[in-house]
Amino acid sequence: MKSDVAITEDLELQLLLDAIYRKYHYDFREYSPASLKRRLTQARTNFACESLSQLQHRVLHEPGFLPQLLPFLTVQVSEMFRDPSYFLSLRRQVIPHLMTYPSLKVWVAGCSTGEELYSLAILFREEGLENRTIFYATDINTDALARAEAGVYEQDRIALFTENHRRSGGKSSLSDYYTAAYGRAVFDKSLRARTVFSDHSLVSDAVFAETQLVSCRNVLIYFKRELQDRAIGLFSDSLVRKGFLGLGSKESLRFSSRASDFTEFDREERIYQKTAGL
Amino acid sequence: MSDEPSITRGNQSAVVIGASVGAIEALTAILPALPATFLLPVLVVVHIPPDRKTILPELFASRCHLPVKEAEDKEPIRAGTIYFAPANYHLLVEPDFLLSLSNDEPVLYSRPAIDVLFESAADAYGSDLTGVILTGASADGAQGLKAIVANGGSAIVQDPATAEGTAMPTAAIESSPAARILPPDRIAAALLEACISES
Repeated sequence: MKSDVAITEDLELQLLLDAIYRKYHYDFREYSPASLKRRLTQARTNFACESLSQLQHRVLHEPGFLPQLLPFLTVQVSEMFRDPSYFLSLRRQVIPHLMTYPSLKVWVAGCSTGEELYSLAILFREEGLENRTIFYATDINTDALARAEAGVYEQDRIALFTENHRRSGGKSSLSDYYTAAYGRAVFDKSLRARTVFSDHSLVSDAVFAETQLVSCRNVLIYFKRELQDRAIGLFSDSLVRKGFLGLGSKESLRFSSRASDFTEFDREERIYQKTAGL
Repeated sequence: MSDEPSITRGNQSAVVIGASVGAIEALTAILPALPATFLLPVLVVVHIPPDRKTILPELFASRCHLPVKEAEDKEPIRAGTIYFAPANYHLLVEPDFLLSLSNDEPVLYSRPAIDVLFESAADAYGSDLTGVILTGASADGAQGLKAIVANGGSAIVQDPATAEGTAMPTAAIESSPAARILPPDRIAAALLEACISES
């Protein structure tokens, strides 16, 4: 039996998410509640609020409070070339297909602070596809988007990024792409010359481009199944026939109602291909 | 409640287990001793390095009477099934008894973290939950076990004298003084009692 405290907190969570949606139109109501609640509990501690209801009070009454709360609602944990074998598979299995298109559009959905985008931009440059590609990097968190656009990362993360890049089959040195200054690595702005950064919500926005590759990794795990289905539907609608969808290493289409839109292209790396018939 | 079919029984109560250094030996004394008739789902977090794969599901599948698998995101929790958290993801229980994975920051340097599983399971299952802290060298799990007790659930901790890592069970006993303290070879029997009293 659920405890009274847990039942009350579930209710407070729903009310808080309703308040955020109705006042600011950020819609977290279809996010998975377990991790959302965990992060909001951290926010409660951070802002010295005794309850989620107090957080709600501040959201409603303090202008400028929501932007401070948003980082707790969205997850911004990523690394460059995370899961190198995913990028190796893109390089070896997917790129040969993409080579056959005269122009390419790639959508990095839920790009957060940009690590995935720069990884793909470097990979496409190494494979000679950069000049025919437009990248769309989207997220709901505009602060994260601004950081993605800046392309500046702490120097102490670079060793991991470098090792990941090497394991992804990198054909150049990662150090070719950034300059180190004051403990930070500033990535070459030419890498984002062909990128459109945009505020886009998988909850409420529509498809905006026809794409050949969608990479959306470790975003869907934060969604309830219905919202996962909506997002996968957007990806399917955006992709050309036989276009590619890359998910996180523990994400799959197995429980999705849109699973039949895709076939497994690389099962291990969670790379799917849109079926030719759609 | 007793006339409910077993499949829904498992949706309402569960066992969660957390272990770190020395986990395989401790779990080997517990999981294979659970009979095929054991009705509760068993969710397990073991601290493992953040590589792509964990061998734990395969390792225990061959030793256990119950089905063993790696937990998948948004997977319905089934009765009488043992789930292991994957490497580099937290494992959580949703209020509607689906499993969730998350990429949130490590907790006490660990992802998966025991606290994350235990606290979310405590919310979902309330008093129908048994939490077990085994051997380990960190304090992970102590807060989670406390949350389970606070929500009316039961706590079991491996006797630190039998544990390869004493810090984790010691921290858990400190945070949850009401916990039963048992050697690993008696924990399976205690879980069976919990299973029987639930049904």
